[in-house]
Amino acid sequence: MEIIKDGRIVANDWRHLADDEILPEQAVTVSLLRWKSEKDRLLACGVPIGLRLNSDNGLEDIADDLKHFAVIVLEFRHFTDGRSFSLARLLRERYGFDGELRAHGDFIRDQIFFLARVGVNAFEPTHPANLQEMLPVLQEFTVKYQAAVDVKEPLYRRRK
Amino acid sequence: MYQYDNYDQTLVNERVAQFRGQTERFLKGELSEDQFRPLRLMNGLYIQKHAPMLRIAIPYGLLSSRQLRMLAHIARKYDKGYGHFTTRQNIQFNWPKLEDVPDVLGDLATVEMHAIQTSGNCIRNVTSDHLAGVSDDELEDPRPYCEIIRQWSTLHPEFSFLPRKFKIAVNGALKDRAATQVHDIGLQLVKSDRGEIGFEVLVGGGLGRTPIIGVTIRPFLEEKHLLSYLEAILRVYNRFGRRDNKFKARIKILVKELGKEKFTEMVEAEWASMKDDLLLDGNEIERVKAFFQPPSYQMLADDPLLAEKMAQDSQFAAWFRHNTFAHKVAGYRVVFLSLKTPGTPPGDLSASQMDMVADLADRYGFGEIRVTHTQNLVLADVRQADLYELWQSLKALELATPNIGTATDVICCPGLDFCSLANATSIPIANGIQQIFDNLDYLYDLGDIRINISGCMNGCGHHTVGHIGILGVDKKGEEWYQITLGGSSAKDASLGERLGPSIAKDQVSHAVEAIFQTYRELRLEDEAFLETVRRIGMQPFQERVYGDN
Repeated sequence: MEIIKDGRIVANDWRHLADDEILPEQAVTVSLLRWKSEKDRLLACGVPIGLRLNSDNGLEDIADDLKHFAVIVLEFRHFTDGRSFSLARLLRERYGFDGELRAHGDFIRDQIFFLARVGVNAFEPTHPANLQEMLPVLQEFTVKYQAAVDVKEPLYRRRK
Repeated sequence: MYQYDNYDQTLVNERVAQFRGQTERFLKGELSEDQFRPLRLMNGLYIQKHAPMLRIAIPYGLLSSRQLRMLAHIARKYDKGYGHFTTRQNIQFNWPKLEDVPDVLGDLATVEMHAIQTSGNCIRNVTSDHLAGVSDDELEDPRPYCEIIRQWSTLHPEFSFLPRKFKIAVNGALKDRAATQVHDIGLQLVKSDRGEIGFEVLVGGGLGRTPIIGVTIRPFLEEKHLLSYLEAILRVYNRFGRRDNKFKARIKILVKELGKEKFTEMVEAEWASMKDDLLLDGNEIERVKAFFQPPSYQMLADDPLLAEKMAQDSQFAAWFRHNTFAHKVAGYRVVFLSLKTPGTPPGDLSASQMDMVADLADRYGFGEIRVTHTQNLVLADVRQADLYELWQSLKALELATPNIGTATDVICCPGLDFCSLANATSIPIANGIQQIFDNLDYLYDLGDIRINISGCMNGCGHHTVGHIGILGVDKKGEEWYQITLGGSSAKDASLGERLGPSIAKDQVSHAVEAIFQTYRELRLEDEAFLETVRRIGMQPFQERVYGDN
């Protein structure tokens, strides 16, 4: 299984672990629920841990834990649910998360440009998708009016 | 008006290319109906009763003559030769083919126009005062701020998949001609004690199913914080607005459920942690303001011949009194073009009328046209000496019905004739009310009356803020109408109160006439309709309307 990361198609080396699955000897992502209930055990197990966030999860109470994660996965249950766009931006801008930020689930190709702008750098769609066709969409627009994670200054400071 | 530079133009061109690709993928079956829906909506494209409906953005209601000619071209080439102006200062075409829409957008891009975010759950086209820059009660021209907001909101990466649509209006005058109290965010330009320009920020107003008047969450916001404060409000809404029920998803419900204090606290906390990261530079405000400098007015005195012409021609005098408005510059006048000629669909304009209006704008109005939220057009800068000639041209175009602000200047949605959401027709109701008036003296005697008609509770015709509001409802497959009285979207905003049980379609005109009669009998000297309703309440109107039956 491959994903898009940093503008390239690469192998996916993370396994998304269900809450009732036994911890394997490989890099895994866990739900926020599992993280909260098994935090010490997970930290002690010696494999890299990533966190999966649903769009309705808050960030305020896990801010101090973010340093433990090499990847944070934003779960899209439905592509029209735009809450994860705010979570992504907050993770990058407010909480300083600089690991892999991955969109996973029911997002569509037409959202990739926006997602990249708010700080998502990896894309793992669940429905059948041609990753090769998705790559150019990252550059679908060359003009960006707003400051966001990718461009720190609004266009009015960059106009020539 | 604002002129695109390379950046603005490139973005619009790239948007056309993107939508062309999306449409092709949909037609080839690569995008499902569910996936295509939000994408087409964000480009103003609805699937309607007869054909798709395309809504084109007219940012804060401002059009150049060149742009209006392009709209005429689009009406002819892709539609049935006319367009419909909306209560949000946009224009809708009711008959384009889906596969033609990318070409329509391509044509629009050549005149610096687009359909970006005219629908969908995103930040919509920002609206404003149609008299911006020319009225004498203006504190500050709102249009530069509207343009700054337009650019900030265009393809905003964080706020393109909101719980529901999001509408922002900006007003810069003492009178509120932008209905800021019934918008998701209303911005009223204000001056601080020290003379600095800023905004009073209102949140949570809106019409539709649950009409609510907005509340002030910040009495004074410095202009440099405009965009960061908007982002803070939008972020709180995007994260915490309800997504479980479409009918409870607008920001007004969030504000109501949290309470004004809690909501304000959340916005202020969000804002406090990022307000200095997104400052609106003075340079940028000046850059955009430069596009909205007054046109090159001539030094004129008020026209001494006007009074004479009016004395000679009572029709011209009536038109002058009702369809023109004071201008802040001596020798000039604001002219309204009535799109409410009795018997025609309110807000509609044919392609040939569009071309002719563009010509008149070039000849008499510095090439600029404005769209009002009451679905009329305005030439804002007409020399008083040109008024008589202009009036004659407008009369020939059937755009000079002297009824602005009166009972026949009805706001009206397309209704069941076009819209797939509607429960009932609205255009025939508007025309029925217009037919009550066989003479203008009766119309003028009633004075200022705002009648707003919506074909369903979504309220595109703003019925809840009509002095008289008429709402179409479906009763076992028949069209019935609910009447409300006492609404207003002006400074003294209020929501109309229901008169009583709904009324059969063929009885609506009689009921409205009974309301007029009651007013005529019970008004005090010079008392306007809305004042009378507020003073005497519902009962006398109810007795007259329902007592007859």
